Amino acid sequence: MELVLLILVPLAFAILIALRPAQEAKFHAVIGTLLAAGIGVNALGRFDWGTPATMQLSAAWDWLPTLGLRLSVGVDSVSLMLIALTLLLGPICVFCSFTAIQEKERTYYGWLLVLQAAMTGVFASRDIVLFYTCFEFTLVPMYVLISLFGSTNRKAAATKFFLYTFTGSVITLAGLVYIAWFNATQLDSIGIQSAGRWTFDIAALEAAAQAMPANVQGWLLLAMMCGFAIKIPLFPVHTWLPLAHTEAPTAGSVVLAGVLLKLGTYGMFRFVLPFLPAAVLEYAPIIATLSIIGILYGGLICWVQTDVKKLVAYSSVAHLGFCILGLAALNTVGITGSILYMINHGLSTGALFLLIGMVYERYHTRSMKELGGLACKMPVWATFMVFFTMASVGLPGLNGFISEFMCLMGAFQAGDKWGSLPGGTGGDLGFWYALIAGLGMIIAAMYLLYMVGRVVWGPLVLPAGHDDHGHDGGGSHGPLPTDLCAREIFVLLPLAVLCIALGLFPKPVIKALEPAVNNVVETINATGKRPDAASGVKAMNDLPGLPSSADVRHVSDADVSVASSSPTVQWGGALSGGDK
Amino acid sequence: MSEKLALLVPEIIVFLTTCIVMVVGLSPNLAVRRSCGLLSASGLFIAAILAINGPAGDGLLPGLTPYIKAVIALIGVLLVMLVAGTVDREEDARVSRGGVFNALRTNRAEFYSFILFSLTGAMLCASASDLIWLFLALELTSLPTYVLVTMSTRGTRSQEAGVKYFFLGALGAAVFLYGFALIYGGTGSTKFVDIASIIAQQGINQITLAGMILAIIGVSFKIAAVPMHFYTADVYQGAASPVTAFLAFVPKTAGFVSLILLLALVGWDHGTDKVSVGHTLPSQLRLLLWVMAALTMTIGNVLAVVQSSPKRVLAYSSIAHSGYMLVGLIAGPGDYGAGFAHNGIAAVLFYLAAYGLMNVGAFAALAGLERRGRDGRPVEIDSFDDLRGLCAGRPLLGWTLVVCSLSLLGLPPLLGFFSKLPLFTSGIASGEIVLVIVMGINSAIAAFYYLRFAAVAMLEDPSDGPKPLAAPFPARAMSGLVALVLVISLSFFGDALMKASRNAAVVEGSGVRAVPASPSPGHKAGDRHDAASPAAAPAQRVGA
Repeated sequence: MELVLLILVPLAFAILIALRPAQEAKFHAVIGTLLAAGIGVNALGRFDWGTPATMQLSAAWDWLPTLGLRLSVGVDSVSLMLIALTLLLGPICVFCSFTAIQEKERTYYGWLLVLQAAMTGVFASRDIVLFYTCFEFTLVPMYVLISLFGSTNRKAAATKFFLYTFTGSVITLAGLVYIAWFNATQLDSIGIQSAGRWTFDIAALEAAAQAMPANVQGWLLLAMMCGFAIKIPLFPVHTWLPLAHTEAPTAGSVVLAGVLLKLGTYGMFRFVLPFLPAAVLEYAPIIATLSIIGILYGGLICWVQTDVKKLVAYSSVAHLGFCILGLAALNTVGITGSILYMINHGLSTGALFLLIGMVYERYHTRSMKELGGLACKMPVWATFMVFFTMASVGLPGLNGFISEFMCLMGAFQAGDKWGSLPGGTGGDLGFWYALIAGLGMIIAAMYLLYMVGRVVWGPLVLPAGHDDHGHDGGGSHGPLPTDLCAREIFVLLPLAVLCIALGLFPKPVIKALEPAVNNVVETINATGKRPDAASGVKAMNDLPGLPSSADVRHVSDADVSVASSSPTVQWGGALSGGDK
Repeated sequence: MSEKLALLVPEIIVFLTTCIVMVVGLSPNLAVRRSCGLLSASGLFIAAILAINGPAGDGLLPGLTPYIKAVIALIGVLLVMLVAGTVDREEDARVSRGGVFNALRTNRAEFYSFILFSLTGAMLCASASDLIWLFLALELTSLPTYVLVTMSTRGTRSQEAGVKYFFLGALGAAVFLYGFALIYGGTGSTKFVDIASIIAQQGINQITLAGMILAIIGVSFKIAAVPMHFYTADVYQGAASPVTAFLAFVPKTAGFVSLILLLALVGWDHGTDKVSVGHTLPSQLRLLLWVMAALTMTIGNVLAVVQSSPKRVLAYSSIAHSGYMLVGLIAGPGDYGAGFAHNGIAAVLFYLAAYGLMNVGAFAALAGLERRGRDGRPVEIDSFDDLRGLCAGRPLLGWTLVVCSLSLLGLPPLLGFFSKLPLFTSGIASGEIVLVIVMGINSAIAAFYYLRFAAVAMLEDPSDGPKPLAAPFPARAMSGLVALVLVISLSFFGDALMKASRNAAVVEGSGVRAVPASPSPGHKAGDRHDAASPAAAPAQRVGA
């Protein structure tokens, strides 16, 4: 029931905002998001963390039963964490907009709440059509937010964003419908009793999709990635992102980076990996290669940016590349790291967008040429800026490090080219993938530190019209003081606390995520034509008698999967060591 | 004979209403004259109720008859509300200023009676069990519309549109009449049941096939599909907006019903077993429809993108929607056991109802606005500038336009999405994956111009200069409101309509897997059908 409330409460408040006078919009938005967050905390409490991999808090109603649709919700630990992130960013987005949004407040806060409801719906859905409905419906609020409240080029950015993502997800829908059809009538062709009626239930379709022949899975992978890769965005379909990010209002960028991009990676985790194990195994190297290109290319583009917001936007392309690399590793470490990265990226990049928005509100520029040495004018801002940049760079002890490291570790272990890797899990990635992606960490450090060096340190540079002294009296800030006000600090503080907490004590989160991830990994290993650990031993014993290349691969996989029965344990141990 | 008459009760009611309206519209009393709209709407409403509770048809798709009649009559009510004030506005104003009433100068009687005639024709299409009947019904649908277009505004554009529409319509009619003649020549009968059984027994011969091809191409005029789509934009733009809404729904519905009836003659389950995956239409017809569908949706959408007049955009988008629906026709009724999602015909029937609603909503927003022309007369708005900031200025019209255009785009969770989804599912179920992909890409192209409607109305500030005025006809806004409410609510509570459309799409007669007609289909019967589980369906068949 909590999950339904989490969707309905923001919607109800959005309607309330639309009906009440504009002066009250802010107030209702605060109450709505805080109420949703409260319900979210309650949901976290009611969730049974002993069995995080099973779907909980479920509820379902009939919805156009003739077509087989159900309004069905439920969460496992992965969904719940991402919902928690959404609910956390909700009030933050409202609070950070108090001064930035001065007109059309009802439109702004109303659509912000609708957006939150839609995003929560995506993570909570257990029915593919409900998922798709929420997934698509996020476009409308975001379109409105960008094209009404963005900066100069906002309309083009909003239209590009809408068309790009809409086009991709229609193809994804065709793929999902194909699976539903297969489940309804075509299972007979592979010797399983067909359901005989249409359903869009995720669990039922998962089983049907896994039973598909590998070549069909390959096509479906392509269809699904059309929507998800654009949303993430994966190189080379990332081109909408920098424009949308740069033009969006601050809260829009925070939501976009924080949650909306995760819809794509979540879709990959929830649909692509468990639905299409055979295809994923086959095409993982291609996906991983694209993600690595994204990491390096995004990083290099960041380096030459002069617009701070664009820099952070391109850094999202690079960071999400790590996310996909972790997913493509197809082992517990990589996927867990990837999900952790989704949360961490939401926290640190969201905070960076907030910080940039705060400067923009004061100086109306985001150009590095016009900003410099802000540390002496805005020490509190500078502190947060450096802190969140470090989190984003991946400084050990902060949140970005652990997840980035896990993604790389996953990619490294997912290779058996060198034989007996410690903790190796089999797969087609490996040392080189991890190494080249690791270069991305160095590039990230370069461009982010370069940006901090120019904007925070160095000689004071302010845009024309802002003198160096006596700003507090100047009218150009509006009600804002030179440095951050209490409200702004209040907005940043929870993010900072979480960055430290997740950096130092990620173990509870990882432990909660791991069972859900293990399910997926086991699915891939079991149904993706690989032997699991037990039969792996057997395959290894048969080693000399296996000629074909496919079988050779089996053996080598089996070889490492014996060791893979324990990597999670090892990893947990390593982390608890890090805690001390 | 009396059975056939019982079947025609809804049409007879509408026809009687037509006769009454023709007289009432000439009354010297203004208040009586003004009751034409109300009378027409009530007649249609009664007809709809009678159709829902009425008997099933005697053709190949017995359930189709009551369903389509009910849909046409109910959406007809909305269309009658929408056309309020289209004619006789100046005449009424002159009379109310104290002028002397002159029966020669009023158009109301003809206008409303032609609308009802056309609706009667469309309803008769659904009752057709014979080629000649079908031809007459189709012509009864179309002939009044040529006049409606011409008399809808006083401008020369309407006259041009009317003439174009008439000549091309006559061409279309000639083509499909030729086709009908060839079908008769090839099978020796004009009765659907006989033709279907002959084709089922002897297979389809070359003459019949040629007849079918000509018939399909001719009827594509009614549904505004390639290759007979050329008139659409000019005619839709030339007619007054309410009449355009009428054109976009009524002839299209009649055309699709005719196509369904014609294709049912050949049958989708032509010599295949029960678990068939691909098509079962003869390959030539399938190829023809395939090419028509792909071209229709692509041409409609691409040309809609480059238009600058909202009415032309909606005209081209109406072409595109016909293309989507053709996918359902290719898919056919599928395997009944697998339900609604497999049934392309049910998807088309559901889509027709949904399209009718969305279409009324979108045109209600356009028809609800007007400008003063240079001579002080009201003229229709015909540019996107006039729609700017509509949501702020006139929230009802604005939100109707936004919601209906997003629904036409197929954005979930609006009705348009849930009517497109069955086309997707049935297309995939019949193995038409490429066509479904083409349809998906076309939906994305459609986003270009539907988004423009939404963005202009919702996001932009009103343009400088005189703003468009509200047309002084509350019935128009009312029809928009009804459409708006239904477009949102049917996507959550539209199951009864889905069931009804599924029960309407059961092909009887020649089919290998005939399912008996229920004693009284329609919405009520739909529920009863559903109560029986799929497993019980074979038992029903045996029982019959």
